[in-house]
Amino acid sequence: MKRHAFTKEMALGAVVLGLLLLIPLLTPSRIALDFVIRLAALGIFATSLNMLVGYGGMVSFGHSMFFGSGAYAFALTLQKTSMGIPTAMLVAIVFSGLVALVIGAICVRLKEIYFSFLTLAFQMLFHSIILTWTTLTGGDQGLTGGIPRPPFLGLNLAQTTDLYAFASVVGVVCFLLMRYILQSPFGYTLRMVRDNADRAQFLGINVWRVKLYAFILAGVFASVGGVLMSLFVSGAFPDFSYWTMSGEAVFMIMMGGVNVFLGPLVGSALLLMFNDVITRTTEYHGLALGLVVLIFALGFKRGITDFVLQGWQWLQRSGRAS
Amino acid sequence: MEPTALLECLSSVSCIVTQSSTGLIVGALLFLVAAGLTLIFGVLGVINFSHGSFYMLGAYIALSAYRFTGSYILATLAAGLGVGLFGLFFERFFMRRVYNADVLMQLLVCYAFILILDDVVKIIWGPEFQSMGMPAAFEAPPLFIGGGIVPVFYLYLIAAAGLIALVLWYILAKTRLGKVVRAAAHNPTMTSALGLNTSLIYACVFAFGGLLAGMAGGLAAPVRSMSPGMGFSILIESFIVTVIGGMGSVSGALVGALLIGLVRSFGSIGFPLFVEGIMFLAMVLILVLKPSGLLGKETRS
Repeated sequence: MKRHAFTKEMALGAVVLGLLLLIPLLTPSRIALDFVIRLAALGIFATSLNMLVGYGGMVSFGHSMFFGSGAYAFALTLQKTSMGIPTAMLVAIVFSGLVALVIGAICVRLKEIYFSFLTLAFQMLFHSIILTWTTLTGGDQGLTGGIPRPPFLGLNLAQTTDLYAFASVVGVVCFLLMRYILQSPFGYTLRMVRDNADRAQFLGINVWRVKLYAFILAGVFASVGGVLMSLFVSGAFPDFSYWTMSGEAVFMIMMGGVNVFLGPLVGSALLLMFNDVITRTTEYHGLALGLVVLIFALGFKRGITDFVLQGWQWLQRSGRAS
Repeated sequence: MEPTALLECLSSVSCIVTQSSTGLIVGALLFLVAAGLTLIFGVLGVINFSHGSFYMLGAYIALSAYRFTGSYILATLAAGLGVGLFGLFFERFFMRRVYNADVLMQLLVCYAFILILDDVVKIIWGPEFQSMGMPAAFEAPPLFIGGGIVPVFYLYLIAAAGLIALVLWYILAKTRLGKVVRAAAHNPTMTSALGLNTSLIYACVFAFGGLLAGMAGGLAAPVRSMSPGMGFSILIESFIVTVIGGMGSVSGALVGALLIGLVRSFGSIGFPLFVEGIMFLAMVLILVLKPSGLLGKETRS
């Protein structure tokens, strides 16, 4: 990627971060802060899944395994040791990266639906281990009792405003990193493997290795999402690694659009808002959500950002014509 | 983990009989659900992720039909018929539109139906647990075989599932309809070129899969408590069965279902918390070592 282009995106990231950090000064409402914290966690998670699905053509049904592994590794490190939050985050990332290395090495050999099923099986196996290993994980109750949050760099994450600032910084940094990776030569190799693995192989690319690296990177970023979520809910729960979590991530990226980098983030925001609205207005949450999913899958057949992109291209074309 | 308890059970005939009979009914019901799933995959190449909800719908329809008619057999037939019709509706109006889309779209449509059907059941039958109760005809004292307890109803269930399996095999292997279905699974373009209506075959297969899942739900109704969301665990188990047996293979589904049934019933003694873990481990091993499954054909490209 050309250097000046990424400088532009760094600047954009800095502006967004600045705006986010202004919000607590403008409004005392906790709703907006809570929303952004959850959005950071789920947005990173969904975008990391899209690294596999949209850019790598690998439809993983088990991505929430890494969301859960990040949350559990982080929360357990803080509960059982006296390490600080940055170290605990590093532990969570390294642990999830290693899990992704082992599982990815096995999974990426398989194609299409078999890859999907194998990731699903591994995720459910991981979920069963969490449920079974009660002495360590608390079983189906989850890790309760809160997680200690030793202050660092002047941040006390027990306070919502500090947690908000932390989540905003982590969120923006993760998005910039993922963007950088996907626009790098590696990112374009990944797209090539998605479009035509055979041709990539003829060109001397080790397809298995490219897919594995993408799998590990996606797992690592998903674990960061899990870390933020465990800070938000002050614990870690088996549901983090359940199939429903992967299902929601798939829905988020489909609703937002897989072809635009920020699509999954838009999808996460929509799903979060939608969930907040329907839990307040109706008890038939599933029925309402199901109908929305159907409208997206059968009616629109693509994500929100795809429409925006189309509209933008149409505007450019008509601008040039006049 | 209580491996000693498992060893103890395996050394007593009565325990083996009791656990095997439980394992067999679990396996028999699972087979009916998984057979539909694998048939739909084999012929249409799509995975019906909402198949577990079909099963749930069957159980609830059976509940209502049983309360209305008082006949358990009629209730089971009503469940099969009702869900078969629902399968037809689901295929014609929804699934058919995403046959050519990628698997994520198919997943989303099914995901939507899982959510919708759970809530529809909640609206019609209520959110609380319900049970149908044992039909009077089966309220006989349980049989003692080799010291193990086997309820009469279990024998009926196994016989009924066996009969359905036999009919299924007969239709697929011996009738013209079966031949057409197998042809469509093998090469849809060629079948269609020979003047057979593949679209109609697809609809029939979906309806038939629904019929099997509905009957399984109806058959299971007296021994399972019902609640919205009950379809999910059987869906996951049918996935495991389908993968282990080979996707698209009905005989593989039979082997896989019995295997999972036995693992489940004996596992609940030896390692109650990790039964699911064992099943997923089996699925992982099969996918890694032989992705086409125990009895599956090598994958078509």
